[in-house]
Amino acid sequence: MSPATEPTARPAPAGSLLVADDLHKAYGATDALAGANFSIHAGEVVAVMGPSGSGKSTLLHCLAGIVPPDSGTLTYNGRDLGAMSDGERSALRRSEFGFVFQFGQLVPELTCLENVALPLRLSGARRKEAERTALGWMERLEVHDVAGQRPGEVSGGQGQRVAVARSLVTGPRVLFADEPTGALDSLNGERVMELLTEAARATNAAVVLVTHEARVAAYSDREIVVRDGRSRDMERAV
Amino acid sequence: MQMRLRLSSWLVAQFPAPLWGDHPIRSYTPQVYTPCIVRRMSIPHTLLGLLESGPRHGYDLKKTFDERFGHDKPLHYGQVYSTMSRLLKNGLVEVDGVEAGGGPERKRYAITEAGITDVRTWLATPEKPEPYLTSTLYTKVVLALLTGRDAADLLDTQRAEHLRMMRILTDRKRTGDLADQLICDHALFHLEADLRWLELAAARLDKLGKAVGA
Repeated sequence: MSPATEPTARPAPAGSLLVADDLHKAYGATDALAGANFSIHAGEVVAVMGPSGSGKSTLLHCLAGIVPPDSGTLTYNGRDLGAMSDGERSALRRSEFGFVFQFGQLVPELTCLENVALPLRLSGARRKEAERTALGWMERLEVHDVAGQRPGEVSGGQGQRVAVARSLVTGPRVLFADEPTGALDSLNGERVMELLTEAARATNAAVVLVTHEARVAAYSDREIVVRDGRSRDMERAV
Repeated sequence: MQMRLRLSSWLVAQFPAPLWGDHPIRSYTPQVYTPCIVRRMSIPHTLLGLLESGPRHGYDLKKTFDERFGHDKPLHYGQVYSTMSRLLKNGLVEVDGVEAGGGPERKRYAITEAGITDVRTWLATPEKPEPYLTSTLYTKVVLALLTGRDAADLLDTQRAEHLRMMRILTDRKRTGDLADQLICDHALFHLEADLRWLELAAARLDKLGKAVGA
């Protein structure tokens, strides 16, 4: 086996917020993850790169506790995710994690403001308070002027910034972004990345950024390459 | 010996001489991309173009050039004055006036009609697209395969170096003015193209290994 596809053997650095060790995940006969490792600190932006079908989205889903790995350990803030109940994991995702995807993440019937406020409302916040906080995030992401419009009435770039605002409104400690600029042109994608990384750094949130675009990965602090379900931490491997 | 012969004849067949001649192997350092925009720039045409807006002294020309195009690689005074004397000799500029001061005389240069035609022709002529580093990287990958070294490792290391450079440029864009942003974008798009090639090469390493007989 070549070193390029060997899992990183070194232990995760001390003080890591989220750590994955030797993750395996198979879908039928296909190994999506075959010994992936990962670690991230608070305030750090880590890009997960690799060709299509390499396992990078599966890694993100495992890290976020959406999909349980077949084997391996996942530790968030010192707690073993595998030992948690489904309810505990759901609560963790709601309160500590934020998500941005490439498509279809906004509720079309709600206004952009209501979309951003939604995670707070689901957590029990009052409407006025939730919308005040949401509007603050929309200002930060420069989309407050579309607060009253529905997702179908705004541009792709604006919609994605609304989605980023929604992912950050609960103050997550880890933001998972899966191809967040995949549907945008260069200029809009760039603006989304600038605002996303600025906002995350200002709140000390860690960002797990899955992308196949090098220009997007250039906004990260370091990158992990996933190939055939195995990861390689480029910084720690060099 | 047999291996060396096989390798050299294969290399000659794969890489025609003009490719090597036109594109000497450059070491890949952070200084490569942005300065190379300036390095390949035609300094005489650029100075001529700057003179189209009105006569200037050599010092003003250098200052404007450095502000607009120099960035990491400002012009030397000697380059400006030797270029101006060549342009003067070729009739593309003329001396518009001479100022005597405490120091040496200062010549003010103006562009001539021939100079304006030269700039117009230069601007209208498309630049030859540059294939950049791909041939060097390709050579390294093939040599790694032929010599039994780890080509995937080589590609990953190169990818990390490209991304490191892209981070520097992305950061520079964030704090730079519009000119800085455009210069960095130019470099970033080329680095991105290299990275796509690295991805493709990584995905085809097995096939390439068989094709070159490694």
